[in-house]
Amino acid sequence: MSAPFRFDPTDLPPECEALRSEVRGFIAAELTAGLWSPNSDFGSHRSAAFSRRLGARGWIGLTWPQRYGGGGRSALERYVLTEELLAAGAPVGCHWIADRQSGPLLLRFGSEAQRAEFLPGIARGEVFFCIGMSEPDSGSDLASIRTRATPVEGGYEVTGAKVWTSYAHESHYAITLVRTGPAGSDRHSGLSQLILDLKSPGVGVRPIVNLAGEHDFNEVVLDRVFVPSERLVGQEGGGWHQVTSELAFERSGPERFLSSHQAMCAFIGRAGRSPERHIAEGLGRMAAQLWTLRRMSLSVAGMLQAGETPNLEAALVKDLGNAFERSVPEQVRLLAPERRRAAADDGLERALAATVLYAPSWTLRGGTREILRGIIARGLGLR
Amino acid sequence: MRDTILYDSAMRLFADHMSPRLLAAAGEGVWPADLWGAVEAAGYLDVLADGSEGMVEAATILRAAGHHAAPIPLVETILARWLCHACGVVPPAGALTIAPVEPDDRILLVGETLGGRAGFVPWGRDAEAVVLIAEGRLYIAPRSRAGYELGANLAGEPRDALQAVGEDVASVPLADAIDAELLLRLGALLRAAQMAGAMPASLDLTVQYANDRVQFGRPIGKFQAIQQQMALLAEEAAAALVAVENAAIAVAEARPSAGLAVPAAKIRAGEAAGRVAEIAHQVHGAIGFTEEHSLHYLTRRLWSWRDEFGHEGYWASALGREIAAAGADGLWPLITAS
Repeated sequence: MSAPFRFDPTDLPPECEALRSEVRGFIAAELTAGLWSPNSDFGSHRSAAFSRRLGARGWIGLTWPQRYGGGGRSALERYVLTEELLAAGAPVGCHWIADRQSGPLLLRFGSEAQRAEFLPGIARGEVFFCIGMSEPDSGSDLASIRTRATPVEGGYEVTGAKVWTSYAHESHYAITLVRTGPAGSDRHSGLSQLILDLKSPGVGVRPIVNLAGEHDFNEVVLDRVFVPSERLVGQEGGGWHQVTSELAFERSGPERFLSSHQAMCAFIGRAGRSPERHIAEGLGRMAAQLWTLRRMSLSVAGMLQAGETPNLEAALVKDLGNAFERSVPEQVRLLAPERRRAAADDGLERALAATVLYAPSWTLRGGTREILRGIIARGLGLR
Repeated sequence: MRDTILYDSAMRLFADHMSPRLLAAAGEGVWPADLWGAVEAAGYLDVLADGSEGMVEAATILRAAGHHAAPIPLVETILARWLCHACGVVPPAGALTIAPVEPDDRILLVGETLGGRAGFVPWGRDAEAVVLIAEGRLYIAPRSRAGYELGANLAGEPRDALQAVGEDVASVPLADAIDAELLLRLGALLRAAQMAGAMPASLDLTVQYANDRVQFGRPIGKFQAIQQQMALLAEEAAAALVAVENAAIAVAEARPSAGLAVPAAKIRAGEAAGRVAEIAHQVHGAIGFTEEHSLHYLTRRLWSWRDEFGHEGYWASALGREIAAAGADGLWPLITAS
């Protein structure tokens, strides 16, 4: 028997390296102009103006057909673009969900009218999406959601509550998972995805402040919200299939191991050009893990580009990647020489504070560590 | 890029020529002549005869060898023959070994004789000759001229301390770009390849055991506590495999990333080896701790191999120094180099 997983080595074609240079030039100019300070957490680092600048360059919806405002480029080119933006700590948060998830969902399952309506605005960096999945009583057990969409004249009336909805208060639309029919024996039937206009009457968005004192989460209360039938994505009752079919894209990208990248860079800056042995050793271990994770992630990207669905491999990358990005601040705090914890303007301290405080969210978002390991175990043939 | 045909045929070759009995006998010092003959006949020993462009094939063969815990000096003979070919010497026939293979070892010329230190020469006693790098020259000392104090690693594989090398051993100048450091790097990569093969084999055994062993009325693999650990085992095995395969490509094609990739592969495989062995044993319970069960043929090798050709700490401090020298802005270009 050989391994139950496959990670074919992926080579980036020349056009990817050309794009990489272009992105590096763009980022250098942004940094020189002092337009933002680096933070590699894709979720919390946001700037609508940056998203519009990226959109103007054609770098949102890079893989989408040009008739929808996309770039018509390959998934590997998008991989390079996103890894460069994240490594540089660019504020990608506003367009991130629409670019990674909502746009591709509409391309795959949406109607022609939906694509024409939403994709060009997303690609310009003007229309932002969030995701309405979790509910007060439904987290990892997503199939248990209770938000209900009842058929009415011309569409649905939606009632229920979504929670942990990141940046609903800064988004225009939420891809919202609702129950439109009975659960059935597998519990996965009767779920549907709706494009919810967050300005609709009956939508209440209430802030939930996180432990870092920041407002990123929300509770979104839906009280008899009317959603027109043309805002149903794909098949009524096909929501579960639609949600789970994109998991390999969501779980294997560079955002799953780069969240603490600025802490690592700041550490190298502090360690100096010829550090003591134990500092060099810690750095070398982190670099070996980072290089390996990127190669794993790139393998999955290559398999996705080839039309495969490496869900097990994607789960392996996410769990290992999240563990790595959480371990970086834990090592840096012990290894970094000359800590200046009282200095509010110290780059290393700022990066450490941001990563320590946000690290708990990394192993929760996009599938908890425990759920991922269950998926991996099933992939190994253990259930 | 990857050679699945070679991998499959190597896996078959080792499966056909190995058994728990052979492994037990090898642990008692019995030389597996049939297995060695098959490996020789398959042409594996000259996989690097044309230089490091054969590294993908070499790593593939060694993953298969590691999967089966093959108790033969395959890494050592391949590297010895590579050194001979590269320096324009016809390699001696049969099993060979190399020195130095530990970061602190140095072999020096003291007057007319070779001295210094080579404390852990793999299969020294079984090798027809030891191919040595010392003072810018390649020495080929037949067994009759090399004295060893016998030793072994945790898996019982011969690891012998070179005591003396007789005078007038044949030597040639080293070819350009070949030195002890390069030998150590290629050895580290190929040892990592063996580990990357032994880890999926440990995973296979452990999955099978978790599905077969029933406690509390069901297979233990149904318990989430076991499943979570098994997922970690798979992650570590996967990371080691990816690191080794990508490093082998980088070396074979002399890519810019090779300088980082080889230490990264040895570090990552070495880290994974300890974790894989720990979880595999925990899931196997007491039976896995017995001599009778075959798990230890893999895990004792993993524990040994991670220390050989430089352990994680050695390579991590070397790699860390290189990264620090490049500075904070140099990290990402190094990580993304082709």
